[in-house]
Amino acid sequence: MMGPKTMSRRDWLKLGGVGVAGLSGTSVLALARRGGAAAALEHAGVQEAIHSPTELAQLRMGVFGDHPPADGFDPDAFLFDFDYGDVSRDEAGRTVREYEIVAVDREIEVAPGVWFPAWTYNGRVPGPTLRCTEGDLLRIRFSNAGSHPHTIHFHGTHPPAMDGVFPIVEPGERFTYEFPAKPFGVHPYHCHAIPLKRHIHKGLYGTLIVDPPGGRSPARELVMVMNGFDTNFDGENEVYAVNTAAFYYQTHPIRVGVGEPVRIYLVNLTEFDPINSLHLHAGMFRYYRTGTRPDQYELTDTIMLCQGERGIVELELENPGLHMVHAHQSEFAELGWMSFIDAVPHLAAEDGVPVHRYV
Amino acid sequence: MSDAPRSPGSAPGSEPGRGRSGRRVLLGLAPLLLLGALVAVFVFADPASVLRAGFPPIEELTIERVTLPEPGLMRIHVVNGGPEAVTVAQVMVDDAYWQHEIDGERTIPRLGRATIALNYPWVEGEPHEVVLVSSTGLTFAHEVEVATQTPRPSARFFGIFALLGIYVGLVPVLIGLLWYPFLRDVSRRWLHFFLSLTIGLLVFLGADALNEALETADVVPEAFQGVGLVVLGALGSFLALRALSSARRGRRGPEAEDDATDRLGIAYLIALGIGLHNLGEGLAIGSAYALGEIALGSFLVIGFALHNTTEGLAIVAPVAADRPPIRHLLAMGAIAGLPTIAGTWIGGFSYSPIAATLFLAVGAGAILEVVYEIAAMMRRQQPAGLFAPLNATGLALGMLVMYGTALLVVA
Repeated sequence: MMGPKTMSRRDWLKLGGVGVAGLSGTSVLALARRGGAAAALEHAGVQEAIHSPTELAQLRMGVFGDHPPADGFDPDAFLFDFDYGDVSRDEAGRTVREYEIVAVDREIEVAPGVWFPAWTYNGRVPGPTLRCTEGDLLRIRFSNAGSHPHTIHFHGTHPPAMDGVFPIVEPGERFTYEFPAKPFGVHPYHCHAIPLKRHIHKGLYGTLIVDPPGGRSPARELVMVMNGFDTNFDGENEVYAVNTAAFYYQTHPIRVGVGEPVRIYLVNLTEFDPINSLHLHAGMFRYYRTGTRPDQYELTDTIMLCQGERGIVELELENPGLHMVHAHQSEFAELGWMSFIDAVPHLAAEDGVPVHRYV
Repeated sequence: MSDAPRSPGSAPGSEPGRGRSGRRVLLGLAPLLLLGALVAVFVFADPASVLRAGFPPIEELTIERVTLPEPGLMRIHVVNGGPEAVTVAQVMVDDAYWQHEIDGERTIPRLGRATIALNYPWVEGEPHEVVLVSSTGLTFAHEVEVATQTPRPSARFFGIFALLGIYVGLVPVLIGLLWYPFLRDVSRRWLHFFLSLTIGLLVFLGADALNEALETADVVPEAFQGVGLVVLGALGSFLALRALSSARRGRRGPEAEDDATDRLGIAYLIALGIGLHNLGEGLAIGSAYALGEIALGSFLVIGFALHNTTEGLAIVAPVAADRPPIRHLLAMGAIAGLPTIAGTWIGGFSYSPIAATLFLAVGAGAILEVVYEIAAMMRRQQPAGLFAPLNATGLALGMLVMYGTALLVVA
């Protein structure tokens, strides 16, 4: 077994390459061999900086095994996966966006090897990120193919009849929510059938982004939904994450350009714990609560969000390298809500990621 | 229970005719054949599937032991005592996922074992919680109450554990034997009082051991049936000692007066019973010490010593009037006391709740057999036996003494 005190760096790198990687595929070397992470670690000088198993653990935290989730969910794609709906115009010339959302029961992999019997919108957790502009008419056709009654409750301003508390949509039934999108900002949506805790923590939630008329300034835009999973149903989360897959962005850092404007739509849908938080290393960001007031922000590196609270984070990273991003509740961080943003010089806009394209 | 040995041939129907024996064998086997057919039906046709539909798998992992062989290293010893195979997906220590290695497959079969090693910077003297997360998200927890480096089987630790065993087992018993010169000169009436006192001590000890066995049985993985092990161990050792005693007395009939040889035999039997009990006790102490569950301060050692001194009295009381040679006394002291050392070694270096449950139960059964033995001897010497007023007082006093000294042992 490995004795931290007695091993030379070469020994343990060998071990990392053969022993740990052979067993788990999680050593730095194995990590570095993979496309995206390799460049990140090299240019960040991380590989050179690692001198001990302790430092490996520091970089990699603890989770065993490798991503992405075997259920088909792609956390990389999810970051930028905005659903603009089927767009048309009504007689008045107003933009109409139509969405199909189906509630289905599905097993999802929330940490490597750990499966969770989720309730989902469109087969994944979080559900689709709906994106529109203030004033657009939204028409969301919801059908319940799950085993329990569900609804979709949107945050924002709309007629109470469209609020997703009533009617309850029984399994096999359908309902269409229709309302004009307002106000601009970032809003959560979630099931509001009782018992609430279970319906939400089983995975029925997602993000609704309402852009201001004319849109926001160009930026690399990301969606981050902070969530947790109570895998043994004891009323406490065993797994925390941003976008469901625990520790995923830690081994697959989110790439942005040095100096490039980055905008993160951040939503907290963690159940059980009253608050969750986000902390950025080696940089500061502008935080716009709820995203409703572009003229009011705070410059900080740590924010705290209550259940259902959300906001917009805007930043430009000055220095290249890995910037750690995680919950500042250490417990959440060590149970999965841990990630890196990798600032890369001269990152081409077409490098997998569009700078916000506006439809 | 009757201790009359059966005379040969007295069992009814024990001499079947030759022609009938074949048929009898067949009759004996018929239910077994039917059972075999039933098993075959269930294995191949699976009629139980209707009962099973839709239920999630029942998973049952038990962390038997967490060892800390060196700073920064933790080993988790796991047993699957449930009805189905379980896949260990993640390991959490103190609410943090942690990288680890498993010797062998991540899926542990029913009744299978695995050892998980991880580099965790555990902190001397502080508690740590280990949680295994299965592939279905179920969790199995174990607490390291006080982290301290697990002793390796080295000469030094064998020595330390031997010393521990000598302190709490051997020395107190030998000291207890020193009551011999005092007991030698008391009248039979008062000797019976002290025998009753001894019974009181032993009843308390037996009940305590049984309780400890049942407590340990609680953490035995379900498939290994902790309570079943207790019944097996306790009843097994009781019956084995009983058989030994019957065989020795067999030729003379149950009501015959004891002679000095008989009483010496009983004393040896008591020593053996107490020795078996001390093996279990040593095991419990050794493992608790090794796992850092008790800090073995001098107070606790004193407590155990006081507690166990009474065991010497129990051994010497039956033979007090007979003036046996000193070598017999030393031999009995060794039989009663030395197993403590063996117990601390076993417990210190390879603790398993299954073995501990069995050992403790065997000890309890042995102690209770010894109680039976002494009571029977007294009844042979004095018709009122244990229930003569003076003797009953002795019995109650014995239990009180044990209760009092046990107060000192509570860690």
